[in-house]
Amino acid sequence: MSKNRIQLMLCGGTGCHSTGSKKFEKALQQELEAKGLAEEIKIVETGCNGFCAVGPVMLVQPEGIFYQKLKVEDVPYLVEEHFLKGRPVKKFFFVEQKNKATIPHMNDIPFFSNQVYRAMRNKGVIDPEVIDEYIAREGYFGAAKALNEMTPEQVVEQIKISQLRGRGGAGFPTGMKWAFAAASPGEEKYVLCNADEGDPGAFMDRSILESDPHAVLEGMIIAARAINARQGYIYCRTEYQLAIRRLDIAIRQAKEYGLLGENILGSGFSFNIDIYQGAGAFVCGEETALMRSIEGKRGMPRPRPPFPAHKGLWDKPTILNNVETLANIPQIIIKGGAWYASIGTEKSKGTKVFALSGDVNNIGLVEVPMGLPIRKLIYDIGGGIPGGKKFKAVQLGGPSGGCIPEHKLDTPIDYEEITKVGAIMGSGGAIVMDENTCMVDMARFFMDFIQDESCGKCTPCREGTRRMLELLEKICHGEGQDGDIQSLEALAEVIGQSALCGLGQTAANPVLSTLRFFREEYETHIKEKVCPAKRCVALLKFEVNPEMCKKCGLCFKACPSEAIAWKKKEVAVIDKSKCVKCMSCFDKCKFDAIF
Amino acid sequence: MLSPEEIQEIQTALAHCESNFAAGLDALKIVQRRRGWISDETLQEVARFLEMTPAELDSVATFYSLIFRRQVGRHVILLCDSVSCWVMGYESLFEALKKRLGIGFGQTSADGRFTLLPHPCLGACERAPVMMIDDELYGPIEEEMIEKILARYE
Ligand SMILES: Cc1cc2nc3c(=O)[nH]c(=O)nc-3n(C[C@H](O)[C@H](O)[C@H](O)COP(=O)(O)O)c2cc1C
Ligand code: FES
Repeated sequence: MSKNRIQLMLCGGTGCHSTGSKKFEKALQQELEAKGLAEEIKIVETGCNGFCAVGPVMLVQPEGIFYQKLKVEDVPYLVEEHFLKGRPVKKFFFVEQKNKATIPHMNDIPFFSNQVYRAMRNKGVIDPEVIDEYIAREGYFGAAKALNEMTPEQVVEQIKISQLRGRGGAGFPTGMKWAFAAASPGEEKYVLCNADEGDPGAFMDRSILESDPHAVLEGMIIAARAINARQGYIYCRTEYQLAIRRLDIAIRQAKEYGLLGENILGSGFSFNIDIYQGAGAFVCGEETALMRSIEGKRGMPRPRPPFPAHKGLWDKPTILNNVETLANIPQIIIKGGAWYASIGTEKSKGTKVFALSGDVNNIGLVEVPMGLPIRKLIYDIGGGIPGGKKFKAVQLGGPSGGCIPEHKLDTPIDYEEITKVGAIMGSGGAIVMDENTCMVDMARFFMDFIQDESCGKCTPCREGTRRMLELLEKICHGEGQDGDIQSLEALAEVIGQSALCGLGQTAANPVLSTLRFFREEYETHIKEKVCPAKRCVALLKFEVNPEMCKKCGLCFKACPSEAIAWKKKEVAVIDKSKCVKCMSCFDKCKFDAIF
Repeated sequence: MLSPEEIQEIQTALAHCESNFAAGLDALKIVQRRRGWISDETLQEVARFLEMTPAELDSVATFYSLIFRRQVGRHVILLCDSVSCWVMGYESLFEALKKRLGIGFGQTSADGRFTLLPHPCLGACERAPVMMIDDELYGPIEEEMIEKILARYE
């Protein structure tokens, strides 16, 4: 154990780097040395703890005092007060937004107290490139147990008891999937890890791979044991170079330690893992397409059945699991399925990792127990909406998902409950949108994405989404007509029923969900040719409302094409012949005076 | 002709694959890393080496957006045009890049330095808006930073 009296866990993540954690660390170290404290107080640089919004941040251990927004100038005072006199410094404590209360202990800060770390238990705690650090935290204990103390049936049984559901989006029970593949006859079987992470707004899997690659490898070893597979592949998108590098290192180290390869841990069981890199095709995240892609073919989905558990990769029994699903496995084996199932709702157990992004204060990864109301995710953990703006919706589940408006925010995080309000749990992307987002434009945006990514194999997806996109573009351009909404709904129904794979079947969801909660916004676009959120350029006049204009000149300064005339104490005027409709003035105006 | 280094790297990839076919995408990437893009000649060379028909290999090549079957600039800029980046101001970043480089999506700057391509979510939404140049990720990008970032590339 360390002989240090105090450890200072200073976040060294990218967010804190950009707010000056390196400079702070240097100054702090110098001051500790100058005051003769360097022997007993040690600075430890950790990975990102996710609370980047108030960085640089530092946790004082073992007290658990949490400091935020630290600056180089603060160093002498902090050292003097806290480390010499033993008085924690209130002015660097976290301040709650609502009632301005200061919170000294990390565990009392809502951002942390609402989270439960399971899939991300090692994030920011270990060096992902050093296998010993993983092992020191019970790493590979699960694999050892599964190989030496359990039968494959017992492994599957524990996963069933845990009620873990696939975190890649569909939420299929993992234990059941494994049981099918285990029961399929065949000498050769495969375990695949889906690290294609294509959903817009999703970066959970990347982060898990970068911060704890061994957990995923261990999950795969256990899965291989359960179904008796000898070969595994991790299908990772090529854009994730750091993740791939770390996986590479992890695989090499695991082989050196006898945790991968022949006769693992003397159990007689052999298993290998290779990485396969995609090359920019969203549809390859779909399971059958992913398998075609590994086989070296075009990554086209194919109809099921046959299911991969019977005929998967090279027509051999195969299981495919998502990164986060697999990262949960080792702990389930160590602690038992019942432990995992001890938190959550009736049908959704354990935790879910979310990637918060968009108009929210605490952008980043969070892991929450199932059952938490979405409101807490956005406000207590996410810290609410920046700039005093109003919340409008949170989009869950990317292009197959939907949005959740204010009045549905108390929906608990639960597969079935989220589906009931027209969204899906999805893989964990949670994009928060404030009042300035146009929901029609957003639906158009997703449809455009689907159009680009449709593989073109089936007509409903290829042609149907194209028709829907045309309609949405028309509406955004101010050319919407009566009946367009009905046409959208009719097309949505046809595509949903007849598309070949999940991409097409769910493609209309963003449209249906915005129609459900923001129908009047569509109608205003169509009937009044007005975009209430002022996002649809074609529906904007680019004029200044003299009654709202506070004559501040911000728009004048923001305009890149000198189209705005303004003098002190005078209302700004936009010269439409020079205006390039870039929206800079809209973004800058604090008074909503431009329309 | 495939260079000895290319051949060696492709053979390493082959060792991990259960068939020549399965190494197709890997081989294309290996060659593309060196040559920038996959010309018809290159495609034929790789196909011959893997004992596939050029048509078979091309059907793979054309499926993946990051295999370039048309000539690209010395550096490829992948600008994320996905939802988080969109919420965080991707549109003005796009405008600024267009203006600075004098090109739109799918085009290459006159000096052959950059090709600009749209790319769905780079999985770095916490840094939105982002772009990737070759293998390097940048974000959050503000307009003022563009010049400095581009200056790093010859
Ligand atoms: C178009 C499409 C794209 C998908 N992309 C991904 C993905 O990027 N990552 C992922 O884990 N699952 C993705 N899936 C879900 C997979 O098909 C599959 O259900 C999942 O990987 C199974 O793992 P799980 O049971 O652990 O969730 C996608 C599905 C569809 C229809
Ligand atoms: S939306 Fe741009 S990186 Fe995710």
